Amino acid sequence: MTALSSPPAPAPPLDVARLREDFPILATTVRGKPLVYLDNAATTQKPQAVLDALVHHYAAQNANIHRGVHWLSELATAAYEGARARVASFLGGATPREVVFTRGATEAINLVAQSWGRTFLRPGDEVLVTGMEHHANIVPWQLLAEQTGIVLRAAPVTDEGELELEAFEALLTDRVKLVSVVHLSNAIGTINPVRRLADLAHARGIPLLIDAAQSVSHLPVDVTDLDCDFLAFSGHKVLGPTGIGVLWARESLLERMPPWQGGGDMIASVSFERSTWASHPQKFEAGTPHIAGAVGLAAALDYLDAVGRPAVAAYEHELLASAVDRVGSMTGVRLVGMARERASILSFEVAGVHPHDVGAVLDDEGIAIRAGHHCAQPIMARLGVPATARASFALYNTHEEVEALVRGIERVRRIFR
Amino acid sequence: MSGVGELYQELILDHNRSPRNYRRMDDATGFAEGRNPLCGDQLTVWLKVDGDTVVDASFHGSGCAISKSSASLMTAAVKGRTRGEALRMFEQFQAVVTGTVPAAAARDDLGKLAVFSGISAFPVRVKCATLAWHALKAALGGPAQAVSTE
Repeated sequence: MTALSSPPAPAPPLDVARLREDFPILATTVRGKPLVYLDNAATTQKPQAVLDALVHHYAAQNANIHRGVHWLSELATAAYEGARARVASFLGGATPREVVFTRGATEAINLVAQSWGRTFLRPGDEVLVTGMEHHANIVPWQLLAEQTGIVLRAAPVTDEGELELEAFEALLTDRVKLVSVVHLSNAIGTINPVRRLADLAHARGIPLLIDAAQSVSHLPVDVTDLDCDFLAFSGHKVLGPTGIGVLWARESLLERMPPWQGGGDMIASVSFERSTWASHPQKFEAGTPHIAGAVGLAAALDYLDAVGRPAVAAYEHELLASAVDRVGSMTGVRLVGMARERASILSFEVAGVHPHDVGAVLDDEGIAIRAGHHCAQPIMARLGVPATARASFALYNTHEEVEALVRGIERVRRIFR
Repeated sequence: MSGVGELYQELILDHNRSPRNYRRMDDATGFAEGRNPLCGDQLTVWLKVDGDTVVDASFHGSGCAISKSSASLMTAAVKGRTRGEALRMFEQFQAVVTGTVPAAAARDDLGKLAVFSGISAFPVRVKCATLAWHALKAALGGPAQAVSTE
């Protein structure tokens, strides 16, 4: 068993018992047992503040945006654009004009592929990813490859689940026109050294996209510090609603990128002969957006910052270290993914038991985990496992829940002995 | 035992631990692959059919205890049956695991396979129990087939 690296900077302790009261769903019982929600990498639960923001939006300020001359439309537009500004401030040195709302991280990456990629990439150009990407950072580039003849390459990963940096550098040839990497692996929890990768890419004039879907609720995500060129994340993995996500991109890139979907709200003028586009970010937001979702996302970011991202990171690190220790030392249990730098995610196998059966027995105990390939089949194949059981932690999980997980796995072992 | 106890009965656990007919078949007259893309389960069913009779059946692949034990019990159950009997057995099996027919009514026809009647309380696992059967049906239909439960 490999210990985790040293914890993040010290921060004031979290009052987790108090914080759990902010999440109504955590009081749920499952077949008479308290819900132990350890599927946060799939989606996080929502605090009351987010639910209230959604209700308030529909109850008090619902109207379409950017077009109404009436008072309510102004309210809704201000709320939506306020949410955009909130996302910009959450991401550090970003400006609101650099924030495009999407349905999620998946759509954000598809937007980059279809707008930037189709415009600026030529046959034989390469997009370099890592061997631990989610399908959302693989398949959009394969679609683009079919459309334009670009080539998708993946930098190899070690047996421990870490990116092979030397091999990554060797792959950074002058054919590479974009590096697109996951910040925090959803399947095995590896934290990639994205700033280092950005420096390596930029030294060769190559832009870098960060898939921050998983990292945004666990790690500092500041686009100035990370020095990335594109960054994608989903609202629902950071305590916000489903159906809303963000593409952040440098203004110099957005300026040169054409729209990828056409419709209302993204135009300057339309005639049957010719239409012209609005400026960014509106250019990329055809149709009525998920206004309430953006408002809910802003409330989620407010909530997370009020709790304190450094405190959350420190607490989650301690919780994961305890889970690695407790679960990793169980007989017949093998952890999958042993990167020194990792967060939130505990992927494991129970000897002789398929992960779905592990999941079914844990579910019987009210414990929600994910079993399967986690939409990351290449890394599963690389590590030689068809699937794993995955427990993933968030700020509201407790040490008692880690113990419940250990007892649940003991029951799995008893049933399948 | 309640809950998952209904699912993981001793016969199922036994066939998961030591699956019967768990081998590839070189002289098969038909085979088909079954895949569940959402969970990654994958198994192949081989058949040797002589005239109208299934004289041998085997399987190989990876899957959960339910899909593996179901494949194991299925290969044992269809040996010696005609194509028509095997397909009828699939229909009865499907009716029992989806809860449309009570297990008691089908016990005479299904024999040991009735152990899967508890699955009807776990709708998400029905596709696990029927994966091998879908592959069997495809394998009865011709030389090389692939089926998906999604």
